[in-house]
Amino acid sequence: MPDPATTPGPQDRPVAGPAPGRSDTAARIRDGAPQSEKDASSAPDHDAVRPTRGSGRLIGGTGRVPSGTVGQSPIRPESEAKVNGAFDYASDLAFPDMLWGNTLRSPHPRALIRSIDTAAALALPGVAAVLTAADVPGKLHYGLIEADQPVLAPDQVNYQGEPVAIVAAETLDLARRAADLVTVDYEVLEPRCDADEAAAAGEYFRYQPVRIGDPDTAGAAVVVAREYEVGMQDQAPLGPESGVAVPVEGGLVLHVATQWLHSDLDQIAPCLGLEPERLHLSMAGIGGAFGAREDLSVQIHMAMLAMRTGRPVKMMYDRAESFLGHVHRHPARMRYEHGADADGRLVYVKARIVLDGGAYASTTEAVVGNAASLAVGPYNVEHVSVDAWGARTNNPPCGAMRGFGGVQTCFAYESQMDALADALGLDPREIRRRNALARGDKLITGQVVDAYDPDEAPAGQPFSPLRDLLDRFDGIPVPPVPAGRDIVELPGGTGNTTHGEGVRRGVGYGVGLKNICYSEGFDDYSTAHVRLELGGPEHGGEPVAYLHTAAAEVGQGHWNLQQQIARTELGVEHVVLLPNDTRAGSAGSSSASRQSYMTGGAVKAACEAVRELWRDRDLADGPIEATRVFRHRATKPMDPVTGQGESHVQLALCVHRATVDVDVELGLVKVVDLTCVQDVGKALNPVALEGQIHGGTAQGLGLAVMEEIVTDAGRVRNASFTDYLIPTILDMPPMRLRIVENADPDAPYGLRGAGEPPTLSSTPAIVAAIRDATGLPLARVPVRPEHLTVGRPS
Amino acid sequence: MTAAAPARFGFHRPAAVDEAVRLLAEHPEAVPVAGGTDLMVAVNYRLARPEAMLDLTGLAELREWSDEGDAVRIGSGVPYARITAELATVLPGLAAAARTVGSPQIRNRGTLGGNLATASPAGDGHPPLLATGASVEIATTAGVRYVPVSEFYLGPKRSALRPGELITAVTVPKATGPQQFLKVGTRNAMVIAVCSFALALDPEARRLGTGIGSAGPVPLTAPHAEAIELPWSTPARFDNTLAAEFGRRVAAAARPIDDVRGTAEYRRHALAVCAARALRRVWTAAHERTGR
Repeated sequence: MPDPATTPGPQDRPVAGPAPGRSDTAARIRDGAPQSEKDASSAPDHDAVRPTRGSGRLIGGTGRVPSGTVGQSPIRPESEAKVNGAFDYASDLAFPDMLWGNTLRSPHPRALIRSIDTAAALALPGVAAVLTAADVPGKLHYGLIEADQPVLAPDQVNYQGEPVAIVAAETLDLARRAADLVTVDYEVLEPRCDADEAAAAGEYFRYQPVRIGDPDTAGAAVVVAREYEVGMQDQAPLGPESGVAVPVEGGLVLHVATQWLHSDLDQIAPCLGLEPERLHLSMAGIGGAFGAREDLSVQIHMAMLAMRTGRPVKMMYDRAESFLGHVHRHPARMRYEHGADADGRLVYVKARIVLDGGAYASTTEAVVGNAASLAVGPYNVEHVSVDAWGARTNNPPCGAMRGFGGVQTCFAYESQMDALADALGLDPREIRRRNALARGDKLITGQVVDAYDPDEAPAGQPFSPLRDLLDRFDGIPVPPVPAGRDIVELPGGTGNTTHGEGVRRGVGYGVGLKNICYSEGFDDYSTAHVRLELGGPEHGGEPVAYLHTAAAEVGQGHWNLQQQIARTELGVEHVVLLPNDTRAGSAGSSSASRQSYMTGGAVKAACEAVRELWRDRDLADGPIEATRVFRHRATKPMDPVTGQGESHVQLALCVHRATVDVDVELGLVKVVDLTCVQDVGKALNPVALEGQIHGGTAQGLGLAVMEEIVTDAGRVRNASFTDYLIPTILDMPPMRLRIVENADPDAPYGLRGAGEPPTLSSTPAIVAAIRDATGLPLARVPVRPEHLTVGRPS
Repeated sequence: MTAAAPARFGFHRPAAVDEAVRLLAEHPEAVPVAGGTDLMVAVNYRLARPEAMLDLTGLAELREWSDEGDAVRIGSGVPYARITAELATVLPGLAAAARTVGSPQIRNRGTLGGNLATASPAGDGHPPLLATGASVEIATTAGVRYVPVSEFYLGPKRSALRPGELITAVTVPKATGPQQFLKVGTRNAMVIAVCSFALALDPEARRLGTGIGSAGPVPLTAPHAEAIELPWSTPARFDNTLAAEFGRRVAAAARPIDDVRGTAEYRRHALAVCAARALRRVWTAAHERTGR
């Protein structure tokens, strides 16, 4: 354990260290403080969260401009620990006298449970508890939007991998063996796995139409009608689901790696039959999320086992279980019909979109709303008929993943724009430019595109953010084909499949439109507490700002940004982040590209409040504190019949140009260049921002050419990193970025959420480039070698 | 403190090969482990639960290779990274295959001996060993036996290796002409083969050697393809038609299945393409080498 004397705050410890305590919760939380399995003596001093570079000139409260403010790229407070392996991820936590939990999951996609026999498992020496649905202390179901998912399957399982029983034992291996000894008598049923059939049969979580104009009578010079399919992508966070539940006097401390602590709390407490005050959730180190940590995984299970045994219980999935234990991106089947006039201007769009939500609701409802409202992309069209379903099947549950309903339709509508351009002999950028939404235009939901500077009107026309981005490619040439390439630069890489034989180059564009923050009338807010006080000798007696929020650092750099905002607003150099936990108010989820906007906005507001108070007070007289709740502008639900409504907060755009080399004989693809132009409103931290664009683009590349959870009659066939492939450094090319700052006057610092848009646009850009190289229509992602050669999908 | 440790099991760490085979004779349940890149993954996934392990990493003699004149004897514990770095000139096919195994970390630990012991049809080492006519050196307390690699593979993950036997080395004939290895995967690196093909050309003996990976229950050869008539005396008459015919024969020798990594139809197609390319490459290289 780190020496308490090194803790920076008078009462609290900074992030990346074990959980602290104070006031009435202090005792039990201190009881719940974890040990690290790692050698604490080699761990860095987490006090290194303070900024280290230069001090500046006089302004504001302190009379200084510290370094590491908004717009700069200071080193992240947790970087050193992450790089040298000292950072405690959730899977690194350990407590004295700790038991290990394990989950028994259904091997069947659909079956009735006739009986469960736990006697043999309980009889195994070292097994402390075996629990089933009958042991759930409170409500039997939970869920992010609708509580429809059983904590443990009571009498029926509805997907392969559904939890049926949980076990706690002295070691993980024992817990696994005990789970194997639980006998479940199943009556296997025929699973429903076809989402179209399910939707047609009324088995869906949401149906959302959008209707404007009259597409059936609107005449068009050119019509393209195609069907598209998107495979089931996985978030594939490298950190497996993990956490520890620690019994304390009067309740439980849960160390969890989640995207939204308070949503977890709201779902966990009723199932445990505990008042929320008896639960304390403390954020454990998160090894990637991308939507996979929105739904609960280990939380209720480990808590049940800890309550039953009175001992700390850790759960940690292995890779195979992780693939079964979190939701995936909705696979989609989409039929699109675009009609355009002879100049390529859209006349009408009809779309039928079926998303497979799998067995339980998760966030399907919201995903369908995005798919429907963003169904035509950032283009003007007067006549629209969209029907979008989120079907209920016995496939793996699908929910949140980066892009959240925007990814699937983006692949379809961008493919359609290319098909129209082909039919009309237009350049792919030109057809997009001709249809691009401008300020004052309306989305298909009737929502007016605002949030751009009204005074900016090039050539007297309303400013079009999309045209602005498209035009910036003029100065960026497609890379030339180099001579004498090494095999690692060619499709197939070290597989040595081509030395140039069969290789053709292609170029394609993709545009993505993503809503930022939570939509459709959701009361979306974040809370920040800031305390400013005079520091001790370790801070040179200078002011120190302590920030307390519940916002999840999922790798995006949010902790760093909070410190940057505090330095900017308070002019102080020393900013200490307190651990993220449920003592803070809700921060909302690290989802929907919203955390810079929302918790960034809350921290900014709280710092501004402290700064105001500071004008009239001397810090020597005592700390100055403020808590602020930040809300974005209100949104409205979509009309259930017409889909109309100002449902979104903010819109963000990204454009990719992909250059690919395709070995057309073997069907192997090498993406050789990805150029990205993205409007981020304001680059708060350029390095982190570039990382977001690189990462989002890579996930889009994965969906384009390799990433898919393959199911067969509801069973996952590739729950491993051996067969669920994600891009390596030889698959992901170096990127060229043009970061555009068209400020949103409504948003903190003018920012636009940036994490998701690149995930939308890179996929269609890459597929367009492969079409360009091969001449094939390619209506399905991921594109597999078979699709480019022998034909049919596997 | 509790830990995620597996259940207790026997662990033997011999210091010499004779001690290793003696321990194996005494503990036939012990599974030899060198790099652990296959076995430990299987253990972690609970696909294997060995009662005991025989750690080969203390056996320095297994981590050496030696020049045997016409052949190279590669200790079964030599990692792929060294095969790539040290043997590319004399064993170009095997070195090319070694370069495609896993990631750099895996190539630093994984060994040819492990590849053989696992005997997965997708193992990258097998096709070049088949194409060059390598033989597997197997030790027991009774002595050493040699199994031609063409007789080593018996079925998916089944080999001629018997309980109590330890693979100590592989003897690979030195290249007598150009060699090629091509591996098709759905990612540009770090991927299990969808299919692979190795070709060795011996211009003097006017002989072809083939090896097919990941397209049958075992690694295969393509004898009918090896027997194709080539214009040895008039190399310029080699053309794409001949290469395509060779590709067809290789594809016909494969016995692929549909699985999550690819379809049988694609595997046959890809093998035909790879084999034609391989033959064109080795023919061109041999012609340049001897004729100009």
